[in-house]
Amino acid sequence: MKELLVDLLGNELLVYVLMAFVPLLWILPFALFAVWWERKIAAHMQDRLGPMRTGGWHGWAQTIADILKLIQKEDIIPTAADRLLFSLAPFVVFIGAYTAFAAIPFSAAYVGTEINIGLFYIIAVSSFVVIGLLMAGWSSNNKWSLFGAMRSAAQVVSYEIPIALTLLAVVMIVGSFDLQEINRAQSGSILNWFIFQKFPLLFAAALIYFVASLAEVNRTPFDIPEAESELVAGYHTEYGGMKFALFFLAEYANMFAVSIIAATVFLGGWNSPFGEALSGPLWGVFWVLSKSMGFVFVQMWLRWTLPRLRVDQLMYVGWKVLIPFSFVIILGVGFWVLLEG
Amino acid sequence: MGRYFKNIFDAVRTILIGMRITARHLFTPSVTIQYPDVKLKLPARARNRLYVNMDDCIGCDQCSMACPVNCITIETIKSTSDVDLGVTSVGSKKRLYVPVFDIDIAKCCYCGLCVYPCPTECIKMTEVFEFSEYERENLIYNFATMTPAEVDDAKRKLAASESTAATKPAPASRGTNS
Amino acid sequence: MEAVAEKPLTIPGFPRPLKNHEMIVNMGPQHPSTHGVLRLELIVDGEVIVDMIPHIGYLHRCFEKHAEYMSNYQQVIPYCDRMDYIAAMSNDLGYAIACETMLGIKVPERVEYIRVIMAELQRIASHLLAIGTFGMDIGAFTPFLYCFRDRERILDLFEQTCGARLLYNYIWIGGLSHDVPPDFAGKVADFCTSFKPTIKELNSLLTHNKIFVERTAHVGVLQADVAVNYGASGPVLRGSGVEWDLRRNDPYSIYDRFEFDIPVGRGEVGTVGDCWDRYIVRVREMEQSLRILEQAIGQIPEGNVQSAIPKRIRPDSADLYVRTETPKGELGYYIVADGTTSPSRVKVRPPTFVNLSILPAMSRGAMIADVIAILGSIDIVLGEVDR
Repeated sequence: MKELLVDLLGNELLVYVLMAFVPLLWILPFALFAVWWERKIAAHMQDRLGPMRTGGWHGWAQTIADILKLIQKEDIIPTAADRLLFSLAPFVVFIGAYTAFAAIPFSAAYVGTEINIGLFYIIAVSSFVVIGLLMAGWSSNNKWSLFGAMRSAAQVVSYEIPIALTLLAVVMIVGSFDLQEINRAQSGSILNWFIFQKFPLLFAAALIYFVASLAEVNRTPFDIPEAESELVAGYHTEYGGMKFALFFLAEYANMFAVSIIAATVFLGGWNSPFGEALSGPLWGVFWVLSKSMGFVFVQMWLRWTLPRLRVDQLMYVGWKVLIPFSFVIILGVGFWVLLEG
Repeated sequence: MGRYFKNIFDAVRTILIGMRITARHLFTPSVTIQYPDVKLKLPARARNRLYVNMDDCIGCDQCSMACPVNCITIETIKSTSDVDLGVTSVGSKKRLYVPVFDIDIAKCCYCGLCVYPCPTECIKMTEVFEFSEYERENLIYNFATMTPAEVDDAKRKLAASESTAATKPAPASRGTNS
Repeated sequence: MEAVAEKPLTIPGFPRPLKNHEMIVNMGPQHPSTHGVLRLELIVDGEVIVDMIPHIGYLHRCFEKHAEYMSNYQQVIPYCDRMDYIAAMSNDLGYAIACETMLGIKVPERVEYIRVIMAELQRIASHLLAIGTFGMDIGAFTPFLYCFRDRERILDLFEQTCGARLLYNYIWIGGLSHDVPPDFAGKVADFCTSFKPTIKELNSLLTHNKIFVERTAHVGVLQADVAVNYGASGPVLRGSGVEWDLRRNDPYSIYDRFEFDIPVGRGEVGTVGDCWDRYIVRVREMEQSLRILEQAIGQIPEGNVQSAIPKRIRPDSADLYVRTETPKGELGYYIVADGTTSPSRVKVRPPTFVNLSILPAMSRGAMIADVIAILGSIDIVLGEVDR
């Protein structure tokens, strides 16, 4: 894909810039759509209708209207806030969420950067987000924001460990950090998908990854950094207008990022579930996106079902449940791989 | 150790139960309606905006006295004996002009206490509940139907009849009505 | 970094000096889960509550002074509605019973039955709101809307009966403002049958959810003796295992004719008197209210609901205290009559005001998230706390 574009345009730098914008083409409409989708799912799970007016058909344009409203709003920076960090924080959070997409393969033919440590890179840059959250919480000069930021830092740092460990289990089988390599290792039949391999070890790994990823992106039941009923709005209490919208965008981009990683690593990525049928570069885009949307749906489903944990219980789940189980899985997969030769 | 695994098992089990319930609700019809487009019919007893039928009002001031928030203001002028103000729909004779009958609907607490004492059933609560205004003054409803000219006329007539009554040798107890 | 010397910080007007690692966090009056305009001054050490000072009075509307300045006893009732606006029917009932006792009025049987039905429907509605908002404080949003959905059905019944959905002014001194609509008993029966599955659903969605249990069990434990000493009442007292319900222990109206149990907290998932116990007491009380409703709707006698309403209420000089069991606890009216047409003094003993006073004692040593849970489990209504 990249070589093709370089031939076409003749300038390598231009191609890089162009390719950097490709995920944005998906993320922006996705965030708009997902916010609307989440509201509709929430509403129907609660026997309500949700947005129905804007745009005509089931209020599909509601988020567009919301974004227009947010753009028009006054950009308020509290007097006591640290102006530089306060303004920078939403961008840092969004950049942290967005850079992960550089290494995510959307199809057999398209991946932003074909680096052979793709998975490692994604784990590394996604922890960048926490710096932005800490910046937001600290610079707001609001105790509630600070609480949110501190909770968020503790949470993201703890839950990155089970995420890394479960992904490591797959890496041990494939023998590569390259996501395209992981995808190719799952091609063929649906049974080659890692979630069905080494049963039940990798199934449990997928489950642990999913639970930990909920915490990573601050979704219920792990949404304590922005726990509405406790911390008002957590680290973004003082934010309004476009800066708030950026936080929101980053949250949905992050939701999608962890889902697409789950789809890639455990659900065969761009591989078709029907073996060779319906496969190909474009079908690949369809499959990987629909698998990740499935994960996004489950995230929303959980959010509108469950209460949230307390901060110490969150640490309990992370350190005393997920991490020991991840180690057991790693050990099990290691022995399995060793015995298979 | 057994407790540890039981906790995990319980958590997963109850979360799945919860998810089954919300998933079921995803496909049940919603109970809410699209309000300005669809409106429920209010029950017959609905207590909303007050309405006064001035044709029936005898100016007895009972609603004003029953009101716990004093939102009803009534002023009356006695009619002279030569004027027939007519009868109300329940047959009681009207003896007072009612030049002022104001209800400050912004103060009204919709308790309905003014409705019960009314002898002619002329003040009642209607089904109208959409009457927001940009100016609070617009929420003071003037129900009186008399024009300023009619009010002046009534006052003049009353003053005239009282002055004639005062010139006659009348009982001293009969004071002037302001 | 050099070590910071431990030098307590003295704040003017603050009861005690702050240590270096402590911080004051102001929760409310504008906060999503203080259930109105309650302000809690939290002294926290990290996320752990060291001490707490509740500040009330943001919703003070001079109920007691208003009651003195009314021109008759009847006019106080719309103000009673506005105390505990979640359970206005129960407030009216207490006031009406107090005035009737003072005047020596015997109300007709039909009125008594309708009052009990209304009070029990109101109890269900109030508990639904308490349970729903409690769930929302814990973070579960969906049960909250399920509760509201069913509460709406009760409000519909009230609206058909008296025309108002929230502030009813329905129970009058000596009677009722309206008789019930013709098909009322059938509608209540329908509600009873269709509401039972909802309680089951609520139990499996929220009550027994592991996360919910973890968040509420062993949290905010209130020992029975502490509860009694503070004067707690209602589900807060019963959650601590004390079987005390005025409907049974000091029967008023016709509650002695119905069979019902008094659910108490037994510490099924945690300690006796924790948040979960207070929560489950409310859920079980709704079931008991359904039992009372089912007994009452079959027995409503015929009669005129307004026959005993006195033309003019002018009690002799007297004072009395009448207490009733509202959904939130013991609501007491102390009324002093001076022989005029309006009360000389109306003192209210609001249940939530007394229950709220236990909050600091329960919250010390808990975490910020627990304070929200404890506050939700007390089920306060600021309209009643501040009056």
